[in-house]
Amino acid sequence: MPNRGETLKLSETAPRAVITVIAMSGILVMAFILYFLTKEGIPILKDASITQLAAGRLWYPVSSPPLFGMMSLIGGSLAVTLTSSVLAIPLGVALALFLTEICPKRISGFFKITLEILGFLPSVVLGFIGMVVIAPYLQIKLELLSGLNLMNASMLLGVMILPTVATLSEESLHAVPQSQRDASYALGATRCETMFNVVLPGAARGIAQAAILGVMRAMGETMVVLMASGGAALLPESAFDPVRPLTSAIAAEMGETSVGSAHYHALFFMGFILLLITLSLNVLVIKIESRGEVK
Amino acid sequence: MSKEKLVIESLSLTYSKGAPLALKEVALGIEENSLMAFIGPSGCGKSTFLRCLNRMNDFVRGVEITGRVLLDGRDIYAPDVDVTQLRRRVGMVFQRPNPFPFSIRENVAYGPKLLGERDKGRLGEIVERSLRNSGLWEEVKDRLNAQASSLSGGQQQRLCIARAIAVEPEVLLMDEPTSALDPMATARIEELARELKKYYTVVIVTHNMQQAARVSDHTAFFLMGELVEHGPTTKIFTTPRDKRTEDYITGRFG
Amino acid sequence: MKDTDHETRGEALLSALDNSGDACPIRPNYAVFRKFADWLATFLLCSSMIFVTVVLCAILFFLAAKGGGALSWEFVTEPPRNGMTEGGIITPIVGTLQLIFVSMCFAFPVGVVTAVYFNEYARGGTLKKSLRLAMRSLASIPSVVLGLFGLAFFCTFLRFGTSLLSAGLTLGCMVLPTIVTASETALANVPQDYRDAAYALGATEWQTIYGVVLPSAFPGIITGGILSVGRVAGETAPIMFTGAVFFAPGFARGVFDSVMALPYHVYVLATAGTNIEKTTPLQYGTILVLLAVVLGISMVGMAARSRLRKDVL
Repeated sequence: MPNRGETLKLSETAPRAVITVIAMSGILVMAFILYFLTKEGIPILKDASITQLAAGRLWYPVSSPPLFGMMSLIGGSLAVTLTSSVLAIPLGVALALFLTEICPKRISGFFKITLEILGFLPSVVLGFIGMVVIAPYLQIKLELLSGLNLMNASMLLGVMILPTVATLSEESLHAVPQSQRDASYALGATRCETMFNVVLPGAARGIAQAAILGVMRAMGETMVVLMASGGAALLPESAFDPVRPLTSAIAAEMGETSVGSAHYHALFFMGFILLLITLSLNVLVIKIESRGEVK
Repeated sequence: MSKEKLVIESLSLTYSKGAPLALKEVALGIEENSLMAFIGPSGCGKSTFLRCLNRMNDFVRGVEITGRVLLDGRDIYAPDVDVTQLRRRVGMVFQRPNPFPFSIRENVAYGPKLLGERDKGRLGEIVERSLRNSGLWEEVKDRLNAQASSLSGGQQQRLCIARAIAVEPEVLLMDEPTSALDPMATARIEELARELKKYYTVVIVTHNMQQAARVSDHTAFFLMGELVEHGPTTKIFTTPRDKRTEDYITGRFG
Repeated sequence: MKDTDHETRGEALLSALDNSGDACPIRPNYAVFRKFADWLATFLLCSSMIFVTVVLCAILFFLAAKGGGALSWEFVTEPPRNGMTEGGIITPIVGTLQLIFVSMCFAFPVGVVTAVYFNEYARGGTLKKSLRLAMRSLASIPSVVLGLFGLAFFCTFLRFGTSLLSAGLTLGCMVLPTIVTASETALANVPQDYRDAAYALGATEWQTIYGVVLPSAFPGIITGGILSVGRVAGETAPIMFTGAVFFAPGFARGVFDSVMALPYHVYVLATAGTNIEKTTPLQYGTILVLLAVVLGISMVGMAARSRLRKDVL
């Protein structure tokens, strides 16, 4: 018969063990993701070499023989990500500066809710706006063949990542001590000088993180680029060329492939590439963060 | 009696409409090139009053100020006053050292750069002069590019003083500049304050009566938002007119 | 204020300090420039916020104006008819609710337990660090990649097929990190006093967590849950090839049936139909219902959160 001390011990250790095991399912999920993306993506290397995949410009996965050149798709992803980041990151930082440095407390709550609602908009709704509002407008104004293009998708992607960038930047601006603003003002600095010379540099690390997280989201966003980027697997030569980023290729084509085919593996390989890119950006964010902690 | 640099006429302050006055009809003259100390128990309004003198209270929402603060005979609360110009002329050192997260050099050069000084040579001179005048030069001359945060607390505070005097202010306000420092660093700052009054009109807020007695020429005693008494330091500490002043300096309260 | 005499004073002062030095340049024009720059920056920053607010309002008003006419009782209570060119959208509405339910059945308990582990049990070490890294990585994975994972793991490997279960679990994986973060914050906000008081009464670790910590963190945890439900309702990419279908004749009767979902229905109506013109009112109507669901849930979450913050303060 167990003595009382032991039963007490069991009532302590049992919940601890159960909770630890359940909590570990997070690691399990992540491990499975890595495993399955690798397992389903790597077999494409039997049908095409790395060079063919990375440097090939022709993406004809259903012709015979199929061509699996992903360069235009990767290029499309990079172009869309870059354009949307250039549009949204400065704007996001500007919003954050406005919220922390200029806006009176009383109304900043309202604007924060505005940003949050913007962040809650489903991407399929923004993609739809791209199709029915922006595309016809661009088509008529710029006399294009189609308004579904790099610029259209990038503007919408910009809207998607804006709340992320603005909210995270705002947090790091907020963390700059008030005493440093006081010091700057006491030297006769204007608000603008204080913002750009003291507050922004002080929050540089957090803003860099916000920007990277924004880039990461832009890279992985699917519905907007699927609906508004035009879908042509070509390297864009201007901001108004249609593109086919990796995410939209996966989303558009996965439904038409049979499990286990070369095309199927090629799409998983794209997912694998996206996974690697986002994970390395994530590591970068963690690096920046931990460097801040050491100081 | 020499010229009065700052004249404060019946200054009252409230933090929001209808709330009790945080400062009540304060009237005071501060002599040029002298060192004045504000003393009083915490919450008596001495820091609030100090922050009125370079309009740092402008940032506090709901603050209402009546009365006049005359700097060289001109009201600094007049509508045509450029606050940034005013703050250049009336520098401030804060309770806790608050260097910018830049290098030592950049901290001192910050103010002159704001004023449009771009010339590297002249900036270098200003940095050296300011650091010399704040007694920090010998300690940091070999590592001007080091982060300001690598300095000790007392050194940081002297860096903040160097930063403040780099823009050639006329008045230097010090808000309990030694409250976060150890006794050695405090002694250096006090020595520095006595040195600085040769060039600037210095006002120092302190909760430490000995400090006021040691460094200041004039002392003003605040209590519950009221200026109870002011005058030459020796007189305040030896023959105070007001009973409350006497109680405070003899340690009955506060 | 005229500054000329102060300048001369400043220089006199300076020579008193150091005869070799020059004064700080105080250029009158430069002061004007500084003022202008300050004004310009303020103006630009204000207009950026106004611009974003206007864009959001424009989007919402545009959709409301276009879709308002399509809304009717029949629209939200009847299934699609005639190749989805007529009828309502009750099937995708119910499908979305089912997806929310399935995903939350997985993500909510696991998320809360993970947060409890982080906040109450973990003592640093490799395990905690790995789990933290896993959570952050999971949060950064593109939703379409999660869709691929769902397809390979839930649909194929576990043989769940293209089903409500596969799609729900995929969505669950997606929101898991959000729920963990929200629950952790809620747990961290429970004052240490509560725990001390429970231990002082002789409660065990588990009794303290279950009886004291979790109940007082509960409002915060639920708020986080509601906010992540909003995200689940609006996501398309993870369910496109794991469980959402183009058209289903009726509601899913079990977890192994496939479902229609509102966001996917929007995508289908907007891109795949041959009768895009004919379905235009349906498209706007569906979007409006989707927005109502997503923003409705999210706003409930936001309102709960702001009430919570007031209580804390």
